[in-house]
Amino acid sequence: MPARPLTRPEGRWSTGSLVNTALKRTPLHDAHVKAGARMVPFGGWEMPVQYAGIVEEHRAVRAAAGCFDVSHMGEFEVDGPQAQTALQRLTTNDVGALEIGQVQYSVLCYPDGGIVDDLTLYRLAADRYMLTVNASNIDKDWSWVTEHGVGARWRNVSEATGLVAVQGPKAEALVGRLADTDVTRIAYYHFAEGRVAGARALISRTGYTGEDGFELYVAAADTPRLWSALLEAGRGDGVVPVGLGARDTLRLEMRYALYGNDIDATTNPLEAGLGWIVKPAKGEFIGRDAIEKVRAAGPARKLVGVEMADRSVARHGYPVVASRGDSPSVGRESAPTSNPIGIITSGSYGPSVERSIALAYVPSAQAAIGTELGVEIRGQVKAGRVVKTPFHPSRVKK
Amino acid sequence: MGNVPGDLKYTREHEWAKRDGDRVRVGITDFAQEQLGDVVFVELPKVGAKVVAHQAFGVVESVKAVSDLFAPISGEILETNAELPQKPETVNKDPYGKGWMIVVKPSNPAELEQLLTSQQYEEFVAQGGGH
Repeated sequence: MPARPLTRPEGRWSTGSLVNTALKRTPLHDAHVKAGARMVPFGGWEMPVQYAGIVEEHRAVRAAAGCFDVSHMGEFEVDGPQAQTALQRLTTNDVGALEIGQVQYSVLCYPDGGIVDDLTLYRLAADRYMLTVNASNIDKDWSWVTEHGVGARWRNVSEATGLVAVQGPKAEALVGRLADTDVTRIAYYHFAEGRVAGARALISRTGYTGEDGFELYVAAADTPRLWSALLEAGRGDGVVPVGLGARDTLRLEMRYALYGNDIDATTNPLEAGLGWIVKPAKGEFIGRDAIEKVRAAGPARKLVGVEMADRSVARHGYPVVASRGDSPSVGRESAPTSNPIGIITSGSYGPSVERSIALAYVPSAQAAIGTELGVEIRGQVKAGRVVKTPFHPSRVKK
Repeated sequence: MGNVPGDLKYTREHEWAKRDGDRVRVGITDFAQEQLGDVVFVELPKVGAKVVAHQAFGVVESVKAVSDLFAPISGEILETNAELPQKPETVNKDPYGKGWMIVVKPSNPAELEQLLTSQQYEEFVAQGGGH
């Protein structure tokens, strides 16, 4: 039963690839191993893919809360009188609209409109900001921002920073019990500074699951203490540690993009459905002209949500083909006969929606809700349908 | 490495085979289901189809992985587990029981003798045969 080559993020299920000393470890590595987590390589890091099991952890987050080690993500600080100007040029969203204490989702683009990375931007003070970037892109992003964000002072604080996400309906009560500030007053996409379990923390009401919750930035050395305090204080509420496997299924049900799967250097923000974070009215930024051309013409393709008719999983890289209308041969057993019209970028069984779901780029003409299409899986065309997203209703505190 | 019943035969691809008169029942091992994680889809051949020893006869998908299923022996499919399309998680819960996959009528029963014993399979897994 050897595993076929798999797509990101977890790769092969075998345990053999774990012996790799080149992989980086987070401050919580020992805690994960002690807890019996299955560790896998992810973006150059050795990370827990699961503890009790992906489906069980996924459901615990939706029903109670889960704690995620996301310390592998990168953090850059930028300050100085030119910080805002530099960020306006680097990112597509309007940094001028960001208030102190507020967080903004944004992307860095290349001149051709392709995406360098997606990130969250924190305004720490009038002329001081923090960017949180994807772990696998830290080096690339650091080169990019320091090369193109000239005039501001940049600091890569990734290694000094630990990051724990607490997500789920019980997250507010849990973090509230351990914090020395009133976390109920922190609005969605805002943050406060305080202490959590005694550790100085930036308490951010953000996340990647569609549930209410927080992301807690602490000093790397404080991360193990924070982690064990959260799990201990949450045990009675059913709070569990959650690995990257469930992090992926949770974000997929919300249709949150994953860099390297759904967005990358070959995709522009408009076709990815990220037009809401592109603000050309703010002035010049890298990629603006290219993106405005796409906006004027309309994107040729769009990222859509797909629901499969049966439980077979449409995975990253699988071809999408046109449905042959009401031909009776469409469905489980038909052989592929046409050229691909698109491609699956992410796909999984969705434990909350209890279906096989996916994201795919398809021609804009085939992107309407309800459009029937096929996905080529192991040489067979399986029936799917474009559906509304998110696949599962969001419960973030708006 | 999970449970390895002594009365079964095993493949290096982590299938088990159980002789029952002139029929052989086939599934995946406890180690395999544990490594795969939550099984969400099982694709099996139709009754009457022929399978060939060491060749793929189906597919099992978990949330994170897709793996071929390999036939321990050659023969004709007499039965498939009709419960698995609706309840693929049965493979995780009871891999040697209700999570069985196919029943084969062997065309060459001697092939069964070439499979691993439970002790050989345990050694194989312990030596890192999980990949």
